[in-house]
Amino acid sequence: MNLWLIPIFPFLGFLINGLFGRRFPKQVVNVVAVGSVLLSFLWVLKTITGLGAMETAHVERYFTWIQSGTFNVGVDFAVDRLTAIMLLVVTGVGLLIHTYAIGYMEHEGGYYRFFAYLNLFMFFMLTLVLASNFLLLFVGWEGVGLCSYLLVGFYFTEKFATDAGNKAFIVNRIGDFGFTLAMFLIVRHFGTLDFGTVFEQAKNPANSAVPFFAICMLLLLGATGKSAQIPLYVWLPDAMAGPTPVSALIHAATMVTAGVYMIARSSVLFTHSPAAMDWVAAIGMATAFFAATIGMAQTDMKKVFAYSTVSQLGYMFVGVGVGAFSAGVFHLMTHAFFKALLFLGAGSVIHALSGEQDLRQMGGLRKKIPITCITLFCGGVAIAGLPFTSGAASKDLILETAYARSPILYWIGLLTAFMTAFYVFRALFLAFFGKYRGDKHPHEAPFVMWAPLAVLALLSLVGGLLSVPRWLEPMFPEKELNVGQLITILPFIAGFLGIALAYLFYVAKPSLAETAKNSMGWLYNLIYNKYYVDEAYDLAVVNPLIQGSRSVLWRGMDAGLIDGIVNGVGRRSRGIGNILKLLQSGSIRNYAAWVVFGSVILLIAIGLSGGPR
Amino acid sequence: MWGSQSWLQPAFQLAYLMTMYNFMPSGDDYIRFLPEIIMSVMGTFFMVLEGILGDKKEGKGLIFGHLTLATLLAALLACMYANGFPGNAFTGMLIIDGYGTFFRVLVIGVGMLAVLSSYQYLKREHAEAGEYHALILFSIVGQCVMVTANELIMVFIGLEVSSIATYVLAGYLRDDKRNNEAALKYFLLGSFATAFLLYGIAWIYGASGSTRLDTIQAFLANRDVAHNMALIGTAAALMFVGFAFKVSAAPFQIWAPDVYQGAPAPVTAFMSAGPKAAAFAVFVRVFMTAFGPIVDRWEPFVWSSALLTMVIGNFAALMQSNIKRLLAYSSIAHAGYVMVAIAAHNQIGVSAVMFYLAAYALMNIGAFAVVAHFSRQGEKYVNVEDLAGLGWKQPVTAALFAIFLLSFIGVPLTGGFFGKFYIFKAALDANLIWLSVLGLLNSAVAAYYYLRILVVMYMQEPGESMASLQPLSTGISVTLWASALGTLILGIYPAAILTFARSSSAFLK
Repeated sequence: MNLWLIPIFPFLGFLINGLFGRRFPKQVVNVVAVGSVLLSFLWVLKTITGLGAMETAHVERYFTWIQSGTFNVGVDFAVDRLTAIMLLVVTGVGLLIHTYAIGYMEHEGGYYRFFAYLNLFMFFMLTLVLASNFLLLFVGWEGVGLCSYLLVGFYFTEKFATDAGNKAFIVNRIGDFGFTLAMFLIVRHFGTLDFGTVFEQAKNPANSAVPFFAICMLLLLGATGKSAQIPLYVWLPDAMAGPTPVSALIHAATMVTAGVYMIARSSVLFTHSPAAMDWVAAIGMATAFFAATIGMAQTDMKKVFAYSTVSQLGYMFVGVGVGAFSAGVFHLMTHAFFKALLFLGAGSVIHALSGEQDLRQMGGLRKKIPITCITLFCGGVAIAGLPFTSGAASKDLILETAYARSPILYWIGLLTAFMTAFYVFRALFLAFFGKYRGDKHPHEAPFVMWAPLAVLALLSLVGGLLSVPRWLEPMFPEKELNVGQLITILPFIAGFLGIALAYLFYVAKPSLAETAKNSMGWLYNLIYNKYYVDEAYDLAVVNPLIQGSRSVLWRGMDAGLIDGIVNGVGRRSRGIGNILKLLQSGSIRNYAAWVVFGSVILLIAIGLSGGPR
Repeated sequence: MWGSQSWLQPAFQLAYLMTMYNFMPSGDDYIRFLPEIIMSVMGTFFMVLEGILGDKKEGKGLIFGHLTLATLLAALLACMYANGFPGNAFTGMLIIDGYGTFFRVLVIGVGMLAVLSSYQYLKREHAEAGEYHALILFSIVGQCVMVTANELIMVFIGLEVSSIATYVLAGYLRDDKRNNEAALKYFLLGSFATAFLLYGIAWIYGASGSTRLDTIQAFLANRDVAHNMALIGTAAALMFVGFAFKVSAAPFQIWAPDVYQGAPAPVTAFMSAGPKAAAFAVFVRVFMTAFGPIVDRWEPFVWSSALLTMVIGNFAALMQSNIKRLLAYSSIAHAGYVMVAIAAHNQIGVSAVMFYLAAYALMNIGAFAVVAHFSRQGEKYVNVEDLAGLGWKQPVTAALFAIFLLSFIGVPLTGGFFGKFYIFKAALDANLIWLSVLGLLNSAVAAYYYLRILVVMYMQEPGESMASLQPLSTGISVTLWASALGTLILGIYPAAILTFARSSSAFLK
């Protein structure tokens, strides 16, 4: 089926725009950037229709990448039902966002560079989902991280954007550390990294000695980094400093879901370790709840949606953690629709207001930018989980399975659903209702921007009809769920209540919101400041590291700088006699002392362990 | 009959002995030693040529540069040819095996890149002279002897030949204070450390009665003899000090930042790659063969040294503002990773050392070549902040530099990634779980300081330092492209080198 064509189109787009884009007029850049993603989308369609039922994975092996003894890694791509969904989401939503970006980035500098990076991102993301072994997946995994770094720091003139890019990169290194170790453990116990072989062997009961718990926890650490879960979620809200299409594509629809995809892909390993599964679910639930509370007090529109992304990713983790892999992936897909829509809509608002992101400077926009308003509300009802929307279908499935696993998870999830509805509609009401509080002249977005919004709005509403769980049935057998009618209906009610409360606070009686805020001042402050987690990390980890390096390693051991003056060596050492002066000067004696010191320690240690054995 | 010519007597006696005991080198021995012969002869010739040319300024740098490149190319071909004659040379003094050839090719390659990146530098500092190139050649001869040495005296001779040439190179610009300070520090501390090595050789000779690696190995492996472990342990420890100093492993890394910072940039590029790789090569060979039987004794020390080296290198680098010093600490940290592979003391560990050193040499030379290009006359611009806006002013230079930095970080599709991958795989195979975990954590920390350079290059407005920047010279350009290409090839198609490394890492058997 020539699967390699799927990622290669965007890669060519990257090469063409990256190398020659500077000289191209904008139209050519557009055609190359969007066209390459379109080609890859079409090829995905052709592949999937061509493969038909896909009862087993379709693997294509291109060449042996590394051969080292019995250890073999190939550049292999594979498509199965899970990959098919990911491919459709990535190329489909990617195509819409690329189109949208044409309009959004029109007035920005570095136009061709932006699209080159975006195409490069698509290449790595597609490699990630097509990869047929852990190492190739890791290549995509790191590649998308790199592109995310480049794109978050795109407005490099703003220091905040640069810092945000760095933070994302470094926090992700911690996740990668876990992922790498997990890979090593897998190689050690299975002798290979190939998905098919590893999972086949894992099913073999003879392999009960494999430390599945350790492997899964390390994979989970990797996933928490990429998918912004506790404790590594801190980078995602800051990453919103990048251009909005980037937030939509990378930080909502595709890259951040890689962790969920990876866990679903490794489901065979995870099912061997129920304890690790519980950790996945617990971390997911905690993140979902925690991020939702923060989302309630943010005043920056993109930040609200950023925390809601963290929160929704938490739901997906709960889904895969309680064993409802198909529900998790289903939510991944519907989330890609409605969250991309929310971000792009937010972008449209920001575009209309020439860069304003603060909700306090908006209001009454529904008359001025009606299309944006309508589509955004479609996204809103989907994320709130109102009946018959796509969000309802997937979220309810997760919550029901969670209930079967442990009712506690369900109740916290329900509360989170209520909060989600509240804060998303809080943002929407603040932006579109009431009086306009800003001083800009809002204008509706051009066709290339609102057309993708419309498509995504449609998908957000009816996307739930695509029955992903049934499609994934052969891979992830569905369990029979026996939960009461009430359990199924409660999430809807929670959604309605959340919206109603937001309406009451921000449209009907705005004074109520102030009163509530003032009566719970300390709590509001705590949430508004995101529980001071960033500060705590700085205090507990970053500062000690920097201070430690500064005072111990730098002051203590590295004070001897080369400047030719410290010892006055340069000028005086011409004569041989003056070498003695050097010997008497401070630093070199210290250095020699170090050598002696080290040798003495070594000799004593060896001496102590000496004697015939 | 010979009485009247008694002064010749010793010579004849020697000749007699040599024929008697077959000490006479055979023709094959000369082929095996051909690369060293070529380089020594040419190096000596350069010294003479320098005298003949005298103060003739025009084109001297070009003549010597091109001649050196040609010499190195010839030596490289000779290495390849010599590889067809594996075995001992000069009655077991040297050994030509795949392992030796790998490192000979590596150090000669490093030499070529270093020479290429020196053309413009020497011209700019008005210091084009033959001795620079002669010294580089002598240093490489020493390194080649080191990596093929099969006997401790040869190890010592090779190490000294290489080191002394490098000491002089570090202080090559006589009028530069920093150069002088670097050279003196390097020389004094280096001699100090070499003394430890020599002392260790003496002790092991005293214990085993031999300086041949295989004889020592056989001696130590003989369990019937009750060994004096205090004596042997001390010998191993003393030699460990000597080698650890040369590879800048903790706690003997202290000289490296000062020397790397003070020496001329192309020299730093050269000595942080070539002599270091050679020292690692001989370190591995000595400890895996001669001291192989007592591996359980030295493994804990290599283990602790590896950890300490990684920690000191990475954390001290966090604070550096001078880019040469930053790269110096980074090179200490990378020595720590290699030590991890040595601690694994298995065959895959040895091939990991080989692969990593090749990848490391390429990216390091590349990075220092950028510094050589960027620093300008008198090395005025060597702070990280001075790189601000390089990404816009010279996109190609910045992009190539970015490749080296990403490889340092260990991002996939670069040689640095696979190097680390093999090293930690080897360590895990040897059950060094905690060392691997701590090592990987270290490499996560390391991302920070490399990233800072990337940020400055791409995300800050060009400053005053960009005004006088010249376009890339041909020599540096070739160095950068070659190193970057090599780094990428090792990352995308690691099998190319790995297969060879694996097949030649079996010297320990």
